[in-house]
Amino acid sequence: MKRIVILGAGTGGTIMANKLRKALERDEWEITIVDKEPNHYYQPGFLFIPFGIYGKNDVVKSKAGFIPAGVKFIINEIDRVEPDSSKVYLTNGQTLSYDFLIVASGTHIKPSETPGLQGREWRKSIFDFYTHDGAIALHNFLKTWEGGNMVINIAELPFKCPVAPLEFAFLADEFFVKKGIRDKVNIIYSTPLSGAFTKPKATKMLGELLKEKNIQIVPDFYLERVDDENKNLVSYDGRELPFDLLTIVPVNMGADFIARSGMGDDLNYVATNKHTLRSDNWENIFVLGDASNIPTSKAGSVVHFASEILFENIMSAIEGRPLLAKFDGHSNCYIETGFGKGSLIDFNYETEPLPGTYPLPGMGPFGLLKNTRINHYGKVMFRWIYWHLLLKGKELPLESQMTMAGKEL
Amino acid sequence: MAEKIYAGKSVSVTDDGYLTDASQWTKEIAAEIAKEEGIDITDKHYAVIDFIREKTLKGEALTIRSIGKSGVVDTKGFYDLFPGAPLKKASRIAGIAKPSSCV
Repeated sequence: MKRIVILGAGTGGTIMANKLRKALERDEWEITIVDKEPNHYYQPGFLFIPFGIYGKNDVVKSKAGFIPAGVKFIINEIDRVEPDSSKVYLTNGQTLSYDFLIVASGTHIKPSETPGLQGREWRKSIFDFYTHDGAIALHNFLKTWEGGNMVINIAELPFKCPVAPLEFAFLADEFFVKKGIRDKVNIIYSTPLSGAFTKPKATKMLGELLKEKNIQIVPDFYLERVDDENKNLVSYDGRELPFDLLTIVPVNMGADFIARSGMGDDLNYVATNKHTLRSDNWENIFVLGDASNIPTSKAGSVVHFASEILFENIMSAIEGRPLLAKFDGHSNCYIETGFGKGSLIDFNYETEPLPGTYPLPGMGPFGLLKNTRINHYGKVMFRWIYWHLLLKGKELPLESQMTMAGKEL
Repeated sequence: MAEKIYAGKSVSVTDDGYLTDASQWTKEIAAEIAKEEGIDITDKHYAVIDFIREKTLKGEALTIRSIGKSGVVDTKGFYDLFPGAPLKKASRIAGIAKPSSCV
């Protein structure tokens, strides 16, 4: 019997379990998937919880319901991987040997990396919206908040879903307008980037949108620490930003077991070939999604597109053929911009987000870098697609390779 | 793209003023670019720049964080040496491409 072990039962791991179980004979291949957490969270939905658009139960289901029959699901913490002997050790003493390993253990917020962040103000006037708990705590806070300086901060790059804090800013603007207290709230967007986003055309469009909504941007702000006594953010170059409410994207890091296994860089991301998605260092290890160091967004759409490439390549590796499928870094992100509208960006390693239209059979076209209602509905629809099609590894009418069709140069 | 004269040598630079060919770089050129950035270059600056050149020419992508953990300089010190936008300024002085944060 040959063995595939998948570490992480999030978006990527679950998709791979479904694809591989369908493709590989059960009497030849045993597939095991490991995760410490029994719940599967629909992470794009966290963004809507603080504003009461989604409730806390709208974004969570049991992971087990998405793992296909014939795949062994172990809920336990991973202690470490020993890649040279192809073994995984769990904290309960169990050892798993593998012929192929897929690392899909994601990226997570690490508030402890920033001095003062998890001090006396944590979850009192400081919140994250990247965890279920954090989003719910922020929702409860916002129910009675009467206004002041709301600072949005990105502590470190890269971070998961690079458009999320922008969407958060836009939705906050709408929320305070509808509550009738927008004139009492200063929304300040502080980022280590030099503008609203990384690439020029998207930065321009999103920067103008921030301005239109009277959201102040503080660029090149690299957070050193939080002075929780005086409620100030302090940057490395000594600038201070006072806050009454801090909503922060803390430092993001890969799983702790990656560090314990000596497999990652200083942020616990695994060195991965950006085209084949195979580990740079071990031939029988593939890395999917946020856990890897490939130079594209850490985002669900990337995981989905990459899963198709990884599937082809791991099948090739199993059959001893060369890895011919090449990932292009394709990413596709809906951006909620508030008041029932949305924008969309579509890009890859080589092509920055461009304006134009995005063709999608049956529903589109959507407007790229445009602010439209149909884009918002695309985002709303996507939750259904996620639970019912995407996680189960079913075909979607989306190409894994980016297309230039509809894009304007 | 344009040609520019630094330390009596003609080099090609991008619109943002970054050298397009890292092999054209010399210490003297670095000193003149530093001056344009308002920096009087010292051995401490050179130590950081040597580190950045070495890693970059090996194909490693650097971040402010990874430089801060390198042992050559800490993050605070990096900001003190190249105020404001340390990675951008240091990259320009080091004669390598403008750092691009991936999305």
